[in-house]
Parts: sequence; C-alpha cells; structure tokens
Amino acid sequence: MSTIAQQGAAEHRMPRDHFLNAAYTIKSWLLTMDHKRVGLLYLISITFFFLIGGTFASLIRLELATPEADLMEADQYNVAFSMHGIVMIFFFLIPSIPAVFGNFIMPLMIGAKDVAFPKLNLMSWYLFIFGGTFGVLTTLLGGVDTGWTFYTPFSSTYSNSNVILAGMAAFIAGFSSILTGLNFMVTIHKMRAPGITWFKMPLFVWGMYATSLIMVLGTPVIAITLALMMVERGLHIGIFDPALGGDPVLFQHLFWFYSHPAVYIMILPGMGVISEVIAAFSRKRIFGYEFIAMSSVSIAVLGFFVWGHHLFVSGQSIYAGMVFSFITMLVAVPSAIKVFNWMATIYRGSVSYDAPMLYALGFIGLFSVGGLTGVFLAIMGLDIHMHDTYFVVAHFHYVMVGGAVTAFMAALHFWWPKISGRMYPEGWSRLAAFLIFAGFNLTFFPQFIVGYLGMPRRYHVYPEEWQLLNIMSSAGATILAAAFIVPAIYLAWSLKNGKISGPNPWRATGLEWILSSPPPEHNFPTTPIVEEEPYDYGEVIDNPVHEEEHEKEREHA
Amino acid sequence: MNNQFQLHPEIASTIAFDVDLLYFFVVAVSIFFMALICVLIFLFAMKYRRRTEDQQAETQTHGHLGLEITWSAIPLVLMLIMFAWGVWIFFKVYQIPEGAMEYYVVGKQWMWHIQHPTGQREINEMHVPINTPVKLTMASEDVIHSFFIPAFRVKNDVIPGRYTSLTFEATKPGKYHLFCAEYCGTEHSLMIGSVYAMEPEDYQDWLGGGVADETPEEAGARLFSQLNCDTCHSDQAAARGPSLNGKFGTEEVLASGERILIDEAYIRESIVNPRIRMVAGYPSIMPTYQGQITETNIFNLISYIKSLPSTEGAQ
Amino acid sequence: MSVSTEAAAHGHDEHAAHPEYMRHQFDDMDQQNDAASLGMWLFLLTEVMFFGGFFLGYSIYRSEYYESFVIGSQNLDVFLGGLNTVALITSSVTMAFAVRAAQLGKKNHVLIFLVLTLVLGLVFMVNKYIEYSHKLHDGLIPGYNFLWTGLGDGQTIQLFYGFYFCMTGTHGLHVLIGLVLIVWLLIRVWQDKFTTEYYAPIENFGLYWHFVDLVWIFLFPLLYLIGGLAV
Repeated sequence: MSTIAQQGAAEHRMPRDHFLNAAYTIKSWLLTMDHKRVGLLYLISITFFFLIGGTFASLIRLELATPEADLMEADQYNVAFSMHGIVMIFFFLIPSIPAVFGNFIMPLMIGAKDVAFPKLNLMSWYLFIFGGTFGVLTTLLGGVDTGWTFYTPFSSTYSNSNVILAGMAAFIAGFSSILTGLNFMVTIHKMRAPGITWFKMPLFVWGMYATSLIMVLGTPVIAITLALMMVERGLHIGIFDPALGGDPVLFQHLFWFYSHPAVYIMILPGMGVISEVIAAFSRKRIFGYEFIAMSSVSIAVLGFFVWGHHLFVSGQSIYAGMVFSFITMLVAVPSAIKVFNWMATIYRGSVSYDAPMLYALGFIGLFSVGGLTGVFLAIMGLDIHMHDTYFVVAHFHYVMVGGAVTAFMAALHFWWPKISGRMYPEGWSRLAAFLIFAGFNLTFFPQFIVGYLGMPRRYHVYPEEWQLLNIMSSAGATILAAAFIVPAIYLAWSLKNGKISGPNPWRATGLEWILSSPPPEHNFPTTPIVEEEPYDYGEVIDNPVHEEEHEKEREHA
Repeated sequence: MNNQFQLHPEIASTIAFDVDLLYFFVVAVSIFFMALICVLIFLFAMKYRRRTEDQQAETQTHGHLGLEITWSAIPLVLMLIMFAWGVWIFFKVYQIPEGAMEYYVVGKQWMWHIQHPTGQREINEMHVPINTPVKLTMASEDVIHSFFIPAFRVKNDVIPGRYTSLTFEATKPGKYHLFCAEYCGTEHSLMIGSVYAMEPEDYQDWLGGGVADETPEEAGARLFSQLNCDTCHSDQAAARGPSLNGKFGTEEVLASGERILIDEAYIRESIVNPRIRMVAGYPSIMPTYQGQITETNIFNLISYIKSLPSTEGAQ
Repeated sequence: MSVSTEAAAHGHDEHAAHPEYMRHQFDDMDQQNDAASLGMWLFLLTEVMFFGGFFLGYSIYRSEYYESFVIGSQNLDVFLGGLNTVALITSSVTMAFAVRAAQLGKKNHVLIFLVLTLVLGLVFMVNKYIEYSHKLHDGLIPGYNFLWTGLGDGQTIQLFYGFYFCMTGTHGLHVLIGLVLIVWLLIRVWQDKFTTEYYAPIENFGLYWHFVDLVWIFLFPLLYLIGGLAV
C-alpha cells in the first residue's frame, strides 16, 4: 500500500521560488493576474460562505429535532432555510470546484501559462465578492424568507423580507459565473499546449468545459428572471403577479430553465475530479475515456431540456410533462455510463486508500443513490406524491453534498500537496472521510423515508409521529458538522508542519504533476509539447522533478 | 391518523396502491443496482489493493465497446418501462370521472377553505365519503399553495389567477393529514388540516348535522343580483351585456373574431378582468371586480351561471 | 512522462521580442486575436440568452393579451422609432468602416468613422430621451404614474408598457455602454495604441455594436408595429 510516509519526505525540498512566495503583499493578492492566486482567493471566500451556510443548516436541524417550534419563530426558520439555500448554492456550490480548482488546476492541465483573460478572471472574483457582500448584508439585515427559489408572487408581492437585496446578491454572483465560464471556454479552446487534442484532454477539463457551457448559456436567463422579479417587486409591473395580469408559473419556467442545469454546474466538475482521482489511485488508464467525456457534454446539453420536471403538479400540460419526464430519464443513461466506467477502472488496478480515493469511492456510492432517487422524481406518477416533500430534499442533498461536496473534498485532498507543497496527516484525513460519509448518510437517508410518508419540505413544525426519523437526521447532522471541522484543522496545520510533498506525491499523470509543488509563478518555463495520451499509467512513473531538484542542489553546492 | 412510528404511509385511495406498486418496483431496481455497485466496489478495492508502493495495475485497457453498450442499454430499457408506467398513473390521477362530487377549495395565507357541493363550508377540515369520486376545483387568494393528502398520494398546486383541479376516490375511512406543500410564507407549516374519509351513510349524517348553508347556486344567485350583474346580463333583447343562460360549455365569438369556450377560467377572467376578452357586439363597459369579490364568491357565481338553463328552446 | 521538455516553437528567448500589446499568457498574436474574438462571440451568446428571456416573456403576453398590446403599440411614436432605426443602422455601417480603416492602419479614417458612430449613437439616445419624457408626461410609466383613460384593459396595457420600458431600457443601457466604449477607443486610437496587427479591440467592439443594432431591429417591429402600421 502506498502511503505518504513511505514516499520518503526527506528526498523532497520546497522549491526555491514558487507562486506563493513570489510576493507577500496584500496588493500582490488583491491585484493578482495569476490564475493560481485567483483560485486561492476563491477557496478562502467560499470557505467563509460554507461556514455561513453550514451555520444555517445546523440551526435548521436543531429546530427540527422536535416537532414543535422551540428554538425559532416561524419567520426565523423561514429565513434560516432560505439563507442556507441561497448561500450554499450561489456562493458555495456553483463556484466551488469550477472557480477554485478550475482556476488553479485546469490551465496547468492543458499546459497554459494562464487563463485566456486574467484581468477578467480577477474581475469575476470581485463580482463574486460584490454579490457576496449583498448576501452578507441580507443576512445582517434579517435575511430573506422566500426560499432560494424566489417563487412569485410570494417574492414579488407578499414577502416582507429583503428580497431585492438577496436577488441582487444572486444576480451579481451570476455575472461572476458567466464570466468565469466564458473565460474557461476560451482557455480550453485556444490555450491548449501543442499535442493536447480534444480527446487527449484530462477528463477534469472536459468536465469544466461542459460546466462552462451551462454557465454561459443558462446564467443570463436566471439573471433576467431575477431582474424581472425585482422590477416587479420594486415597481409593480405585473409580469409574474396574476393580480396585475402576470403569470406566476412563467417565473418557474424561467427559473428552472437555469436552475436545473445549475445542478449540473455543481455535479459535472465533481465527476471530472472523480475521474482524475480514480485513475490516479488505481494507477490505471481510465476506462472508456471517450464515453466519460461525451457523457459530460450530453448531461450538459440534456440538462437544458428537463426543467419542466419541476412543474408536474404546477398546472403544466400533461403532454409537456411527458416530454420533460422522458428527457429527464434519459439523463440517467450518461450518469450510469460514468459510474460503470469508474468501476471498470478500479477493476484490476493498483488501488490505494489515500483520502482522495476514499472520498472518490464514497462519491460513487452517494452519487448513485442521488441519481437513482432522481429517477423516482422524474417519474410523473410518483412525483405527484413526492413533489416538495423531504424525499426531494434528501435526493438533492445526495447529489449536491454526497456528490458535489464529496468531490470537492476529494479535489482538495488530491491537489492540496500541489497547492501548498505539503502533505496533510494521513490518519486524520481518512478518519474525516469516514466521518463525513457516515454523518452524511445518517442525516439524509431518514429523510427519504419521512419524505415518502408525506412530510413537506420547508416545514417548521411537523406531526409528532415523524420525530424519530427527524432526530436521526439531526444526530447525523451533528456528526457531519463536526466532521467538517477536522479537515479545516489539519489542512491549516499542514501549511506549516506538513511533510514536504515533492512535485508528484501520488505518482499521477498529468501536466500539473510535472511542475514543482507549489508551482512556479509562471507555470511552464516553456510551453510543453505533449505526445502521449492522458492517464498513461502503463509504466512506473518516475518523479521527474527529483532529478531537477538534485540538479538544483548541485547548483547550490 | 396513525400516531405511531411508520415506515410507509397509509393506503387510503384508489390510486395509492398503484403509486406504491410502481414505487416498490423502482425501489427494487435501485436496491439491485446499489447492491451491485457497492459489492463490486468493495470487492475490487479489496482484491486489487496496492500491496507494495511501486505496484502497478495488472492491466491497462482503453475500454470495451460491448460493455459500454450493455450498460447504456440496460438502464435505458428500465427507464422506458418506468417512464411509461409513470405516465399511465399520471393520466389515471388526472382523469376526471363522470359524476364526481365537486368541491371548491380556496387556499389563503394560511388556511384552507373548503366548500361542499351542497354548500357546507369547512376550514382546514374536509369530510368526504369513501368509494365516491371527488373532484376539487382549487383557487388561491394570494400566493401559490399546494393541496397535498399523502395517504391518497395526490397533490396539486393551487395557483392565484387560475383554476387547478385534483381528483381522488378515498377507499378507507379514517382521518388523514392535509398539508400545504408549496412554501407560502410565515405559517406555511401551519397551513395543515385533516381529511375525514367516511362511509357514505356517515357522510350524509354529517351533512345533516352541519349548518344548513345555502347551496353554491343559491349563494351565486343572491350575489348575481347583489352585485347588479342582472342589470346588464339579462335576457332582454336590448341588454347591454350578453345573456348567460345556457352559455356554460358553449362557444362564443369574441370581438377579435376568435372563438372561446365558456368555461370556469373564462368566466373567472370576465369577472376579474372583463376587458381582456370581450364578446363581440357589446360595448366595453363592464367594470372590473378584482379585489372586490372573494374567490369563494366567484365559485358561487360560476355555480349559478352553470346552473342557468338554456332559454333558446323556450323562445 | 509524456511531456517533452524541449521548448515549443515559441521559446523563452522570444519573449523579449514580443510587442507590448501582446499579453504574457499567449504564445503569439494569432492566438491572442483568436481568443479575444471567441471571447466576444461567447459574450454575445450570453447576451442573446439574456435578451431571450425578455423576448420569451413578451411573446407569451402578446399572444395572451393581443388586443391590449395593439392598443399600447399604437401609442408609441413610430416616427421617432423609425428615425432611431435609421440612426442605428447607419451607425452600424460607419462602425464597419471604422473597423476596415483600422485593418488598413488609416488612423484618421478610424477617428472620423468612430466619431460618426458616436454621433449617431447620441442621436439615438436623445430620441429615446424625448420618447421617454413624452411617456412620463402622458402618465404611461408602469408602477410609477400609470393611468390609462382610453379604451381597453388598462392593466394589461400597463404590462405592455412594462415590457416596452424593460426592453428598450436594457437596450438603451447597452447603447450607453457602447458610447462610453467608443470614447475609450477614440482615446486609444489618438494615442496610436493600435497597429495593423493589433486592432482586436476595435474589431470586437464592432461585433458588440452590430449586436446592439440587431437587437433594436427586433425590438422596433415587435414594440412599435404590432397590428401593422397604424398611423
């Protein structure tokens, strides 16, 4: 079994110059044009928002431990779940893997010196922070109580909370996401090093490409939808309010036209990460490369034609519903292709149990549950009963937390040595992976049952016969919350005290691993020329920079 | 209503069993695939674990077209079966049976108003006879709500500005949960109630015990003259508005030349926003009643207009 | 490892030879120009999706409340709208000439055509201002001073004006941003920042300006000419 300790840390030294020690001033961070530093700016900001969103989640589970209202008033509870949703979706999940690892790793993977538009990239971060400021302001001024879905006419006419502020937060963050997607698409099209053809790109890059496609095509629609909602609230124009001649269901169509593909913004990059991790920790060429790559693109494209499955019981015509149901069920096919290809990759590999791999294996299981329960909801006859119950809540948490957040943790542990140049403690990292997996399942599995029993979502109080299942869920949430603190501590600790990782601690393939860790400020001194295919685990991979380092030592001597 | 710990909801309507059957089929398929995935991952991860640091994979493969086709085709076929089955159930739920008892439901922040075909009114409670098809016509006074009875496996959104409907047939006497399933503001989780399914005889007794309200038609007739609808919508040849006798369910020509079916939705629009679609040949003089009439009263007016006999035969 | 450590075609020592307008992340000007142009096209695609939301909403309510939309439309000033259409189409032509002049490196021509484009854009904005103030005077600003005394259903006519102001307002904002960018381009041209090899900003701004023009070509008949020319 490969372990980090056996790698022989003594062999490695920190590189003399890298992007982190290039400059130390605050200005060098806030005005950086370096995609790696922008990635880290995002990492810090989304961690902050994860903390806020997580706090609201804890409040929700605490309240639901009893069937009565004891911790919070109804209005406070409504604010808690609305802010949890808005913060987690717009300020954590959507930017999580794309903005952090897409920025940091993707240009390295394709041998580029930077993204195509570095200034725009920094501007995207500022827009994100600007939007985030509105989000924080909303929280400080008492929050918003519309749910993250902002359904009209409740949001545009009836709610007494800070709807326009929260809408602005999502609206501005949306432009950050549009510009990031645009930047990545141009980067992937135009900045690939010689030899990296489309079908030689790492699968993470394919995932980023599919994600960017959705960001570019979908986000403008949510922007205009939220803008119309805010205009209606501010000026009473009546586009969505039936009392003024509008149609409230039109809002739902426009909203889900973006927001269902947005779910794929959250999961597709995660799938890309998992493809990288599974191959690296099985030391095996990824099975069915073309199928995994194309399934990402087909999920992104199909994703634009499924929004109506959120409206089966909202007065949509039955025939429209049938089309949406059918296309939604087709999404199961590319998802299944991915899962089976990952399993075939592990088969006859050389499997290690390092933390990124534990998260990746957990991802396969949790994402499969999330995907299969999605099939229940896509079936029209079942959705009548399950729509807007806790079954839906459990389903999308399996996809978004079990899928996207688990993949984010896998990515963080996989590329942490590349980012920081240091290893984290092995035992703790495995323990945290197990705790997150266990806590997550205990939190959300009971919600499938209570959902089929009929407990509607966004309920502050509920019939007492469902308390046992809710207590299980709240207990799980406690474990989950505690489990997320562990990596925060050991990763911070590792920055100073972790063993020095060397350029390629996992002996993985891919351009990012031939650079020193942390990478130099300008990535590749010369544009690399790639001759071979990705995931070429055919022979023992040397740690090529070993020699470079020895050379450096000799130079010093 | 069962207050004990449960793992599965009660089955109390004709379609509940149909829904459950499909549910258990999908559960079985899911358990099969989850077992397959988990067992294989576990086996592979154990069997092929890295024993020495330098150990390489036993083999390197690009892929296998046959396998790819297999694991695309099997899920696809299963999806098609589930899709067709689900559509079949959906049609069954939304098919409105002949001679269904028609209840009116109005959702309002944060309560349910229910009006029986015979005029009795209830708040947050609904009494229905078993083995009798029931059709709910639903409207909202304010925001979107959703009428949900888990034991019957039925739900439909209640949307302001339009009518939606829901049908079911209870099969088992008892008291069941009624929820609002679409988030509607502060007391969303208190917009709940109970559905009492009763033997038809018990239901008749319950009706007899209730306050003897006027029927919806009677209430509608009273409103029709109270609101002075009858000044214009009379049978006189010189009337300033079209006669409504026997018009329900027929087609009318609009000023724009289009034809329109006179149904609940059109009558509602003509009360709330009369100038949007005017019947040809009449001046645009009817005032809007928006905000001056409750959804319940609109229901009553519609019931009354529906009950008006055609006078053409008599003339 | 699958990577050759040899320098690619564009190696280290070539850096010094790079012109100042070439950004460090690119290997050559072709790559930079291609990237800029693709970026612009993708941006216009997001704009299409953005305006698409308006057009979708507009189409739905137009078919639902056709009569009211006709009445609302007949209250718009077709003459001013037509004048604006002519102004914008002409400005698209002058912009195309400006791009061509930049390609040929004729600085004075670039300046002249950009100024013409700027003037035509200003004509458009002035006309818009006149139109808007008439509407304000007539009490046709939805949600602010909307008062409908004529025939038809006031509420749905207000909806028409809601779309009118949202759509032309967003479009006008795009024209305004375009005018600011033209001023910026004029300064850059004046300072000789562009060459026959590097004029991508002018070319890409041209794409943007044509797009803004194109949106208006859809807006004009959809808003001003419902139910035919009724003058």
